[in-house]
Amino acid sequence: MEFTEDQILRYSRHILLPEVGGEGQEKLLNAKVVLVGAGGLGSPVGYYLAAAGVGTIGVIDNDRVEISNLQRQIAHNTKRLGVLKAESAKETFETLNHDVNVVMHKERLSSANIKGIIKDYDIVVDGSDNFPTRYLVNDACVMLKKTLISAAVFRFEGQVMSIYPGQGPCYRCLFEVPPPAGMVPSCQEAGILGVVTGVIGTLQATEVVKAILGIGEPLRGKLLLWNALDMSFRTVKVPRNKECPVCGEKPTITELIDYEQFCSMSH
Amino acid sequence: MADEIKVDKTIDIKGQVCPYTFVRSKLAIEKMSLGEVLEIVTDHKPASENVPKSMENEGQKVLKIDQTAEKEWHIYVRKDKEKKK
Repeated sequence: MEFTEDQILRYSRHILLPEVGGEGQEKLLNAKVVLVGAGGLGSPVGYYLAAAGVGTIGVIDNDRVEISNLQRQIAHNTKRLGVLKAESAKETFETLNHDVNVVMHKERLSSANIKGIIKDYDIVVDGSDNFPTRYLVNDACVMLKKTLISAAVFRFEGQVMSIYPGQGPCYRCLFEVPPPAGMVPSCQEAGILGVVTGVIGTLQATEVVKAILGIGEPLRGKLLLWNALDMSFRTVKVPRNKECPVCGEKPTITELIDYEQFCSMSH
Repeated sequence: MADEIKVDKTIDIKGQVCPYTFVRSKLAIEKMSLGEVLEIVTDHKPASENVPKSMENEGQKVLKIDQTAEKEWHIYVRKDKEKKK
């Protein structure tokens, strides 16, 4: 492809990097990434992917912007209260970079729709805030062999893991089944330091860009843990579980499961 | 002297300043084949030093830098390295 004059200027700091260059930038422009959730994690992920020139960004979200979101969900703003987050995110990301096409999926993920949505994308980014969705996304990505950049945040900490189905562990290799409802504090009562979602989301975006460019070492088989209070990063090796119910040698989960919601996130 | 070098492509980037001098040179050489020679024409003095240096850093071979006028340099670079795919 030939870059436009604007693109040469916009992406010059990428093109200068030996590991990226014009060829890498072209890969970014041709990439298709879908975000599960346009909230605390999805906002910074989408923001940086849009800035990087990732050509197609899908946004799966059926919630509307609420004022309590704005302490961390930087894709949205006060003028957009009540607007669907998918629409708000599209406006934000496309305004930042006209090279980006944001595809809105204004629906809640379930076993019925997830495969149809993610099949058209190269990489899936999990920014969901609940276990049923987290397991649904993991299982669907394993079944469709989609690279999944998984992350979670809680209060002052967060974790990231990159899942390359068939080449490393999946989320179920680490945590086989969701915790029973009631064992974990519900999302509304746990609290989250806003900036933690920014740090973890930005780490996810980094993993996405590396995956598209095919550079560096992904967090494959490794769980990165970060704690804001002591500012510590730890990486824990995660082996593949041969008996994993979804990606093991004899999978017992061959159809997607809709777990019960732990708490109602959507209003 | 310059006519000893067989040039496969010439880009005139007069008016461009750093880092766009190198950005445009790099984009040009990426599209060329190994062994081909790119001629870069610049009127920006820092580029006459920085572009060859950056090209060498990326594994390309700088064959010659000719100053043809007070503010005009011709840089000849042979493509020696393909980026890993």
